[in-house]
Amino acid sequence: MMGRSLTLPTLLGVALLIGLAASAPWLKFVFTIALAKGLAVLGILLLLRAGQVSFGHALYVAVGAYTVAFARPTVGDVLLLLPLAVGAATIVGLLVGLFVARYRDIFFGMLNLAFSMVFYSLLEKLYAYTRGTDGIRVIPPTIAGLAFERVSYEWVMLGLSLALAVGLGFLARIFLASPLGQALPAIKARETRLEFAGISAKRVLLVSYVASAALAGLGGGIIAMTTLHVTPLLAYWTHSGELVFIAILGGGGAVLGPFLGAAVFELVRVYAAAAFPDAWQMILGAVLLGIILFASRGLWGIYEDLTTRRAARP
Amino acid sequence: MSALLSAKGLKIAFGGVKAADGIDLDIAEREFVAIIGPNGAGKTTFINMTTGYLRPQAGSITFDGTDITGLPPRQIVRRGIARSFQIPQLFTEHTVIENVALKVAAHRGFWHAFRPLLDRETTAATMAILDQFGLRSVAEARATELNEGTRKLTDIAMAMALEPRLLLMDEPTSGVASAEKFGIMDTLVAALRARGVTAVFVEHDMEVVERYADRVAVWSQGKILASGPPAVVLNDPAVLREVIGVEVKHAAGATPGSGDAHA
Repeated sequence: MMGRSLTLPTLLGVALLIGLAASAPWLKFVFTIALAKGLAVLGILLLLRAGQVSFGHALYVAVGAYTVAFARPTVGDVLLLLPLAVGAATIVGLLVGLFVARYRDIFFGMLNLAFSMVFYSLLEKLYAYTRGTDGIRVIPPTIAGLAFERVSYEWVMLGLSLALAVGLGFLARIFLASPLGQALPAIKARETRLEFAGISAKRVLLVSYVASAALAGLGGGIIAMTTLHVTPLLAYWTHSGELVFIAILGGGGAVLGPFLGAAVFELVRVYAAAAFPDAWQMILGAVLLGIILFASRGLWGIYEDLTTRRAARP
Repeated sequence: MSALLSAKGLKIAFGGVKAADGIDLDIAEREFVAIIGPNGAGKTTFINMTTGYLRPQAGSITFDGTDITGLPPRQIVRRGIARSFQIPQLFTEHTVIENVALKVAAHRGFWHAFRPLLDRETTAATMAILDQFGLRSVAEARATELNEGTRKLTDIAMAMALEPRLLLMDEPTSGVASAEKFGIMDTLVAALRARGVTAVFVEHDMEVVERYADRVAVWSQGKILASGPPAVVLNDPAVLREVIGVEVKHAAGATPGSGDAHA
């Protein structure tokens, strides 16, 4: 079930992204954030394949981001900070996952929400460690031992995020075609039949849950090193909602969906916020409503329909 | 004759209704046993207890010499007992080949994250099963696009992909058009015989029972009323009164496509 080739749209997307970032310098920041969120949404997509929606994955974004913020004074390089962020999110994901992977549907969603809000409160209240709502400033780290001035730093972070997005998107695609990946829709359709095949559905879901936490942690690490400032808001439930929003906007049909969704989301947000400072959330709401009503397979679904129709015509 | 499956003194009741009230039943290796009886007698409950879905309130179930009473479904499957369902339980998001391949993988090695489900080995093993069940032509069809007979066969093929020693089938021909039922049973029985599988099937259709069962066990009010060759049991006046009399079910009575006629 590999589906169509993604090589061409990936290359086009990468070229478009770099082209736009070169023509408008401030877009480097926007796109880096979009790719970071896309990575987190890629994790959400794994869970969506099993029919499970997490309303708490901002937890792992925040764990990744705060790991970078806490480690930065002693660890100076991106290539060390990112694995640390992923490692911390993976461990937290495993601990929480052992508990939440037993639950389904609304219980799964709400338990994730609860864990993320507990973490949010801790970040806010433990002022001595986290500086509460003031947050922690992150000094720009070196990248592979090299210190960059601002513009080059932004370019390298964008390039790194892009490489990670392409690499991990590719890996996710392979994973989704594997027995473990294919078992996710089987959980959605008929979990008991998996049990009657000798397979623990809980364990299948746990694997994807931990992977999704790791991806969100990676995204959080990139966000911390791009915004250079972390606050408890990263863990707030609206951010978890945002990840689900992007997943629906982009569409779950292919691993490019999360990145397409994240890029469009960030662009709409930036432009809408600039043009209609008081109403930009309404515009985002209208966009989501339009997607749900008219294109339930998301932006990726629209792309597929457009290209398929053209290919099918003799 | 040593039994492959041996149930002793099985008891289970649901709010006063005794689905099993001291059931003793031995199934010999390679035997084809039909369980018949009125609706609600406890036939499906027997399958549910044997596969670990329900835990008997008393009694024991032994499989191949080991006590499996009350083990969870996953452990029982690994010992070689598979089941199919009255209402086919397919993975509706997958194609037929993927449905069966998931089961093949479940049996042979499931915990791979970066190897395709349909690698060469699994595909070959899956196609062999599809061929045996005459499903090759619908291999790429989605599970939701099939007719009831094909869904039933796919459901049973999925169970067979686990390479069980004992297969428990819950009404393999219910909901199937009467013109199709013997074709399905012929395919099915040939596949089971080819693989040397022992089978127990719950069945309402007496023509099917007569034609395919080595032995019939008559289930009534939680007890086994009679057990023996179809020719003897199906002519026993007590059985006729208790089972056939209560439930005259001709082949034509089965409506195609209504798989959920009764629980």
